[in-house]
This record gives sequence, C-alpha cells and structure tokens, in this order.
Amino acid sequence: MSPLAERQRGFAAALLDADAGTPAGLVGPDGAPSARRFAVYRNNVIVGLSESLMVTFPAVCRIVGEEFFLAMARAYVVADPPRSPMLLEYGAGFADFIARFPPAAELQYLPDVARIENAWKESFHSAEAAPLPLAALAAIPEARMTALRLHLHPSLRLVPSRFPALTIWRMNVDDGVPSPVDLAAGGEDVLIVRPAAQVEVRMVPPGGAAFIGRLGEGAALGAAASAGLGASSTFDLAANIAGLVSAGALSGYDFIDDHPGAA
Amino acid sequence: MREEIPARVGVGLKPKHYRDILDGRPDVGFFEVHAENYMGAGGPPHRYLAAIRELYPLSLHGVGLSIGADRPLDRAHLLRLEGLNRRYAPGLFSEHLAWSTHEATFLNDLLPVPYTDETLARIAEHIDEVQETVGRQMLLENPSTYLAFAESTYPEVDFIRAIATRTGCGLLLDVNNVHVSATNQQWDPLAYIDAFPLEHVREIHLGGHAPEIDDAGRPLLIDTHDREVDEIVWGLFAHTVSRTGPLPTLVEWDANVPEWSVLKAEAERAESILLAADAEGARRVSAG
Repeated sequence: MSPLAERQRGFAAALLDADAGTPAGLVGPDGAPSARRFAVYRNNVIVGLSESLMVTFPAVCRIVGEEFFLAMARAYVVADPPRSPMLLEYGAGFADFIARFPPAAELQYLPDVARIENAWKESFHSAEAAPLPLAALAAIPEARMTALRLHLHPSLRLVPSRFPALTIWRMNVDDGVPSPVDLAAGGEDVLIVRPAAQVEVRMVPPGGAAFIGRLGEGAALGAAASAGLGASSTFDLAANIAGLVSAGALSGYDFIDDHPGAA
Repeated sequence: MREEIPARVGVGLKPKHYRDILDGRPDVGFFEVHAENYMGAGGPPHRYLAAIRELYPLSLHGVGLSIGADRPLDRAHLLRLEGLNRRYAPGLFSEHLAWSTHEATFLNDLLPVPYTDETLARIAEHIDEVQETVGRQMLLENPSTYLAFAESTYPEVDFIRAIATRTGCGLLLDVNNVHVSATNQQWDPLAYIDAFPLEHVREIHLGGHAPEIDDAGRPLLIDTHDREVDEIVWGLFAHTVSRTGPLPTLVEWDANVPEWSVLKAEAERAESILLAADAEGARRVSAG
C-alpha cells in the first residue's frame, strides 16, 4: 500500500472509532502528537452527521429529546456511515436502525415516525412532474377503465403503519402540541407527495396503501383495486382515485393493452 | 450563459434567506452555493436557486468531491457537478484541497492531506480530470488545518503553487482559513499571504471561526462559519486585496445562520475594504 493510501486508511479508521488512539505522525506545531487536534476531525465527522440527522428527523428528536437523539444518531453514524457524498440521501436506514436500537424499543411507533420524516425529505428533493388533472381521467371511456394504468407522481411516498404514526408525527412538528395518543386505536397509512412546491402529508383510506402499492408496481386499475379490496372490505375505489387526484399524487396514465406482452 | 462574477462581495446562499433575497433584491455582487445541496432531482431548492440565478451571478462551491483522496474520483459525483455547471452556468466553480471519502465511506469533513510528492501527483491527476470533465477551470481552496503530518516535505504555500502550476487551476484564497491554520500551526499569516501565488487567486472567502485550546494550552481555532468574521481576518483581508486589487469575495455563514440584515452588514464591511483597495490601486496607477 502506498504511504498516502496507508495514511488515509489509518486516519479514516480512527475517525469512526472513539476508542482508537490518534494515528502516529499527526502532530501539533511542536512536532509532538496531539489527541485534542485529531479529536477536532472526529468531532466534525460524528457530530456533523448527527446534527444533519436532527434536521431530517425533527419529530423523532422532539419525541425522545435532544440528548437521547444525539446518542442514538451517533450510534447510527458509526454503524452505518454515509456511502456517498449525496448527503441529501443520508438517513434512509435510520428508521430500521431505530427499530433495532434497544434503548428505543419501548417506543414501537418511533421507526414509523422516522419513515414519515425520511419520506418527507425524499419527496421534497424528488423530480418535478405536473399532477394529472381530474378532467383527464373523466375523459377516459368506462370500458377502458380496467386496463387503465395510473402513474404515481415521482414525489409520492407511502408509509403504512400499524400505529397512529401520522397523528404522532403531526403533534411533534411545527406548532404541534403533544397530547396522549391511544396506540391501540389502529394503524394509519400515510401518503406523502409534493405536486408543486409544498410537501403534503395525508392519511390513506382503508385498503388504499395496498391499492397504491400495486399501482406503483405498474399494475392496471383492476388488479390494483383487487389488492385494495383484499386488504380492506370497505375499500372504495372511486374515493381512492379521487383522493389521489386531489392530492396531486398522479402524474399520468396509459393502458396495459397498449403494451403487448406486459403483464 | 455563464455570467462573470464581479470583483464585488457575494454572500453564501442559505434557505433561510431565499425570501429575503427574492422579495428585497439586496445589492450584493453574487451568491454562492454548496453544490451538494442542489443535487436532488427537483424540489424547492432548485426552484429558489433558479429564481435567484435569474437575478444574480452565481458561484458553485463543491464540498464533497474528495480531490485529495488516494482513490479515483467518484465519477457519478463528478458528473453531478458537471450537470450543475451546465444547468446553472456559474461564473466560478471551486473545490477544496482536502479528502472526505475512504473506500465506501463518505466522512463528511474536509480532511487534511500530507504535503508530499505522492499527494501532489495524485491531486494534480484529479484536478486534470475535473477540469476535463466539467470543461472549465476550477478553483482550489486552501484548507483550514488543526494538525500537521510528520511526513510532509512541502510548505503548504509551495504545495498549492505547485498544483496551480501543474494543472492550470485557479485558486480560492480563504483568508479565515489562513488565520485558522496559521494560528494552529504557528505560522506567520502575513508571510503566508505574501508567499501565496496571488496571481492565480480568482476568489476570496471570509468566514467566522471558534477559539479553543489544544492539550498543551495553545490556541486552537476551529473553522466553524457560525459567527462574524474576526477582526484579525478583516485585517488580513485588507492586506490581501491591497496586493491583489479587488477580487470576488464571499462572506460565508453556514451554521447558526443569522437574520439577513446581519449577513448583509458583514458583506457591506467587506465591500468597503474592496473599494478602499480599488482606490488605493487607482492612486498607485496614477502616481506611477
């Protein structure tokens, strides 16, 4: 290994391991090693990344408190540091990490709140697309409906939860006021979409998550509706489509029989 | 089309100030953005930046390319930089004398390099690749450092001059970094500036730092960009521009970002120093 490669390997390893000593040959102005000086870099990396997670996950931070959050974020940064200079994407695995983080085990809904926040950020930075207007759908002949394939807006994200995760998220962002929540009250499936400049967060009606999930996989309307009905006996196809259109969550459509060979 | 950055004072663009800028149209020379904050596919950051770019010249400052790493540049990242250069046609494009990636990990800090022939060769190769891919000159920024490498064989200024000579890149002189490094390394900051290859400098940065102390009780300055520019740095800036004449100068404030009016006041102070340097230069020309 070249001297530079060896130097950077040792430097990088010591940055992420607080128990590692200061690599040899990193010195102060007197030529003597300085742990305090090396610690500046270690602090910049670990604290910098932890604070960037605090920006992405404000509700998680408010729920557990800043001290707990920073300890949890630090553990995550060391276990799963960024793999790309695209820091806008960092934190996608934080919700799964929280689910496996023993000190947070009691807060079973916390990973889903983190999933909402990561989805919000992804939606915020996603590609632009004009939302499909209702008039465009109204023009489609009835007979073509089962072959219709609705295209989800590129900013759409779905976070299904068996907890009231949306209620909890809302009361912990902006001017939200935390109040007691009945965790057994049933799940909330959350739709996040940014049809224009603003990210919008909505609750999905029963069966809607399964329906939207199938649409996202490229299923035709008939097949997606079956999935919705399979998930909930009260699934209402018309209401679900109207909800997606009014949310600006669709960006276009085509027909499955226009693509011979498509499933 | 690329719009040249005037020899005036610009301000680092922060989301907190988007509305102040679009509504108030403040008289500043240009805005500069961290490239990585605009690498999403779409969304409000691009909407605001496009609107502000309509009104002001723009400078693009990368913080994640890891030019000093002993590994090939991340091609995907370099192409993202190239894409931003095409999309926003910034008047200046800069990166750092630093590394921040190792194997698969992005370390998210501007880490220092040893000043050796090996590092010089590696960095020169990387800058050649950047300038070829992006199709323009890049500026390289001098680092703020907290420690030195026992294996270094070049003084920092000589190392930077060698890079500029070898690659044809321009230089971005961060005067706060000069003060931070000079304090931490016990160099003379005026001697550093006087020895710096000022003929290659195309832009100046100013920012704030935090004073701490090291294990031996010596001052240790941290490049935090979270407060006003220090008085000593204002003095070094005046010294620099008295030698170079007015250059595009950026005021950076990246953490604990203040109200727009506070940042604007810093920019006005920098502008008055640039104007004084300009007047001094004019006097020298007419006297000569």
